[in-house]
Amino acid sequence: MSLPTTEDIVDDLSFFDDWEDKYKYIIDLGKSLPAFDDEWRTPERLVKGCQSSVWIQPGSQQDAVKGEVLTFSVDSDAIIVRGLLGLVLSALNHKTPEEILLFDISAFFESLDLERHLSPTRGNGLRSIVNRIKNIAQSVA
Amino acid sequence: MSFDVAAIREQFPILKREIDGNPLVYLDNAATTQKPQCVIDALVDYYTTCNSNVHRGAHRLADEATRRFEAARDIVKEFINAPNREEVIWTTGTTEGINIVANGLRSLLSPGDEVIATGMDHHANLVTWQQACKASGATFKTVPVTDSGELDQDAYSAMLNENTKFVAFSHVSNALGTINPIKEMTAKAKQFGAWVLVDGAQGAAHGWADVQDIGCDFYVFSGHKLYGPMGIGVLWGRESVLENWPVWRTGGEMISTVTLEDATWNVLPYRFEAGTPNVGDAIAMGEAIRWFSSLDQEAVAAHEKALLDHATELAEAFEGLTIVGTAKEKIGVLSFVMDHGHPADIGFLLDRQGIAVRTGDHCAQPLMDRFNVPGTARASFAIYNTLEEVDALFVALKKVRTMLA
Repeated sequence: MSLPTTEDIVDDLSFFDDWEDKYKYIIDLGKSLPAFDDEWRTPERLVKGCQSSVWIQPGSQQDAVKGEVLTFSVDSDAIIVRGLLGLVLSALNHKTPEEILLFDISAFFESLDLERHLSPTRGNGLRSIVNRIKNIAQSVA
Repeated sequence: MSFDVAAIREQFPILKREIDGNPLVYLDNAATTQKPQCVIDALVDYYTTCNSNVHRGAHRLADEATRRFEAARDIVKEFINAPNREEVIWTTGTTEGINIVANGLRSLLSPGDEVIATGMDHHANLVTWQQACKASGATFKTVPVTDSGELDQDAYSAMLNENTKFVAFSHVSNALGTINPIKEMTAKAKQFGAWVLVDGAQGAAHGWADVQDIGCDFYVFSGHKLYGPMGIGVLWGRESVLENWPVWRTGGEMISTVTLEDATWNVLPYRFEAGTPNVGDAIAMGEAIRWFSSLDQEAVAAHEKALLDHATELAEAFEGLTIVGTAKEKIGVLSFVMDHGHPADIGFLLDRQGIAVRTGDHCAQPLMDRFNVPGTARASFAIYNTLEEVDALFVALKKVRTMLA
């Protein structure tokens, strides 16, 4: 399964006038994420927010054009957070460490009018996941 | 006196807010209540007219600030029916009050002593005692919670013995709304001579904290859940216990005499109030209590019960929704889960419709584990909420259910 690109997402979401359609899209995106392996549900892979939890399993692959790219499998017990993780992956999955470090995720969420989900007060673990992905990219860049 | 919810609402400026074009429906009152204009005015007036450090200035402002600050202490004393004003200690809130007591308790416990808390408590009233036991080698026990969300009284009775040194429980469960039989529980603990602390964070807001009637040794609560400001709260302690309780913070105000080698402590309440106190918020908390107490308490209670009854009725008829916490005696708290949708999803989609609820573990992870849920969504009602707002919650929940199905 391939995720939509960030450009696709910006295009798709710009069609929706009302919030319900927009969030149904995010919920559907969450449902379309590949299943997370149950064996990966361990404390090291868990980012516990006070409202919902997020899991992340990092990996890497060789890309014929770009060389080594980082891959991430993610999950959340909350479907909207899972959808928002889909947005994060559309931007940061299968990217080189340099691409990950250069990508401005806050600006991306702002362009979708979803920036408040990245705020530290939401307690949904999303911000911590983005930081973790950036740290992994930093450590191999 | 009667109760006019529209007139009450008029006094709360924040209730005029809109969220994404929807009128704000504020149902997160167990987390914090909104503030009436008179409380906001009391804060502004203090800083506008008499801000000064208390108890020490030889000038007019200091006199006025001190008088207002100590008058607020008298209001608290009356509110909880404390025998002495010196037993009312200003804190930053419930959590600090508990920590002051736990800090002293730690040095009074030895291995073999037993401390009892409960499985329904807020982390502030659980972890604090658990850690005091860990540090002192005392045994820590917790009262189990029944399926309806009540404390298992038989289990509690069986836990008490001559080694029981300290017992702590909440007046009202923040996560479920259960009203605990605190008077009976206190009496049982007192048979064994244990000290008793009641966490009144959720109970004080209902005006039922009569410390002499309860018979406990400590009662703690916060201003901000009682229509007062954040950052201020009260520790009430029985004078005979508190005057010998180990001091907490040291510093100015709490001392009597100081040499370079030693110090002696001030009398109550000041021995627990080191440093400059939160004068403005204490005065405003006094105003909040004065305002709340001026209402017809029977009418207030009837209104809150009507809100809870209406919400419970709608919840029971709502397909795919399960109420968590069905105790016979409850305050206006409706904690629930839904078949489809994590509490965080429910909370978010309600917020998008202008409805503010709390979601998550409510700082009571062991309680969530007990009910085998990751958390709940919690609607909690205050005196300014209306039956129409309860209806709005369930209209919005229908949309949530459709979107998450």
